[in-house]
Amino acid sequence: MSTAILARPTVAQRLASPLLGAVEFLRMLSRRPVGLAGFLGIVFFLLLAFVAPLFVPFQNDPSLLDIYLTPSLAHPLGTDFQGKDVLNQIVFGGRDILTVAIIAAFLSTLIAITFGSIAAVVGGRLDTIIVAITDITLTIPKLILLIAIAAILRPTSFVFLAVILALLQWSSLLRQVRAQVLSLKERDYVEAARSLDLGLFHIVFREILPTMRSYIAIHFILAMTEAMYAQIGIILLGLVPISGSNWGIMLYFAQGQGALFYRDSLWYILSPILAISLVQLSLATFASALEDIFNPRLRGS
Amino acid sequence: MTAVPVASKQVGVRWNPRRYFGGMWRHPVARAILKAALTIWVTTTVTFFLIRLMPGSPVELKIDELIQSSNGSISYEDARAIASSLFAIDLSAPLYEQYLSFMWSLLHLDVGKSFLSSGTSVTSIILAVLPWTLFSVGTGLLLSFVVGIGLGLLAAYRRNSLLDRVVSTGGSLVSSVPNYLIAIMLILFLGVQARLVNFTAMRGAYTSGMQPGLYPAFIGDVLFHAAMPITIYFLTQLGHWILSMRSATLSALEEDYVTAARARGLSDGRIRTAYVGRNAVLPLVTQLAISVGFIVGGAAIIEQIFAYQGVGLRLLDSVRQRDYPVIQGIVLLTTISVVVANLAADLLYSKLDPRIGRAGGAGG
Repeated sequence: MSTAILARPTVAQRLASPLLGAVEFLRMLSRRPVGLAGFLGIVFFLLLAFVAPLFVPFQNDPSLLDIYLTPSLAHPLGTDFQGKDVLNQIVFGGRDILTVAIIAAFLSTLIAITFGSIAAVVGGRLDTIIVAITDITLTIPKLILLIAIAAILRPTSFVFLAVILALLQWSSLLRQVRAQVLSLKERDYVEAARSLDLGLFHIVFREILPTMRSYIAIHFILAMTEAMYAQIGIILLGLVPISGSNWGIMLYFAQGQGALFYRDSLWYILSPILAISLVQLSLATFASALEDIFNPRLRGS
Repeated sequence: MTAVPVASKQVGVRWNPRRYFGGMWRHPVARAILKAALTIWVTTTVTFFLIRLMPGSPVELKIDELIQSSNGSISYEDARAIASSLFAIDLSAPLYEQYLSFMWSLLHLDVGKSFLSSGTSVTSIILAVLPWTLFSVGTGLLLSFVVGIGLGLLAAYRRNSLLDRVVSTGGSLVSSVPNYLIAIMLILFLGVQARLVNFTAMRGAYTSGMQPGLYPAFIGDVLFHAAMPITIYFLTQLGHWILSMRSATLSALEEDYVTAARARGLSDGRIRTAYVGRNAVLPLVTQLAISVGFIVGGAAIIEQIFAYQGVGLRLLDSVRQRDYPVIQGIVLLTTISVVVANLAADLLYSKLDPRIGRAGGAGG
């Protein structure tokens, strides 16, 4: 933080410090097997969703002879109600879900950080107004509102869906960011920046937020799990116009086609459930390992 | 920054509302009530503008639909009049009057009439299903709260024991899997693969044909039908309470007053309940209120999966049939009931924690 005032870091320092940080971070993580498993899970699903589709041929031909096949070598996860390969759908079905989750988490974190820290630093009437709006959005049952909004607006693009999700879920993070910044702003280095008259923008984005990096990362991950929950929820209810296929749509069809009640279709239904649950579990365990690493006092043990 | 007129600074004797009301609003009870009222007002206003003002809004859609379905025999004005009565909005009046009358009828719990079953008021439709949702969500939430608090306290006291490991890991596992996925898996394994539970018999809020009343057979039937939703709300919330209570207890155990109580020779049981437990549970009460909203929302999916006749299922039916007054009414009434639950929790909180009860305390 002092470097911002004293001297600009050299290029070598700039490149080395994140690299060293990453090595140190991985070393810390490797001592927490559950957190490491979560981290590897996230890496695995990101590769599966964004890289694997580039190498695997997309199979979309229904084959009426192969309906609800149990797992075999040709179809490692069996087939669905149209005889399509389930594994192929799992590989191609993660991209949209994860993209929406990442965009929604990014936008909601951005809203929460910007307004939360501004409210805390500026204080006064602006703070009161922001806190009031936050408290109100926090109490509204979000999924009910999301269902109503989705029914009226019919979100056809996934980016639009992500924006709606972000607009509904920033509030709890904003409250925490505000509380965090309120305690940080009394620190000496913030006082120093203030006495140098470096301006609100500098104080918030160059002095306070960098110290909250780990905190923000944790909440970004948690925001992703929240966005995934709501997103797959409304897909499951059939409120997102169907186009293409993803894990949520697979489940929606499995339910709608009554696949739930065929004993042989177990793997077809279980596959998207496992994919979604494993992503959620990986995110949650990784987030709690991060919390453990960066804030060991909070968790105990 | 503050927009205080210069004049009021010079004339100090003038009546200053802040002096009288400022202190009053700092009182937590008054703040809680104000917050609740504000929340309801904002939701209704947003709903009004969403329904009325958006391009391609439900009102416009309904007018178009009326004209088309009558093959042009209804004029635009007539169609608008019909839509007006359906939405309980006078569409020819100026916007602010529409808004005021919308608010006015809402005060009388009148949120229009259903499109489909003509003449049925939205309020009566919702009142028929709301109790079932509140009953199942409330039971599941309270059960998980009580059990979770107990297990969390136990886990914190036996920190790093086998019990602690099992309870904390199990808790975080179950709470990070979406509740609707657990619901589907229950059907899949208990109903289809093992054939232990007959899920088709559990559809609905109670067996149709039974006379609702307070006799044992009916109560048993209601519990049978609500068993699955309650199990889901219980299971998926349990982990959250265990983990929160565990960490709250751990930090309470480090407090000086616990050491002081031990030094005074108080019994372990008394320290556990009156000192550690009581202080650890306080912050969870506010979380309880927030999770009411979360579960009522999530109930929509759970009720759909188990075909349980609650608000969520009704909402989805209305969405499918494009019955906008019912959608609007459900959004409003569930928000109001969640806000009221929040208010109750806020009031309970200031009752439980005497430090908050006084004006000027650490409100919020």
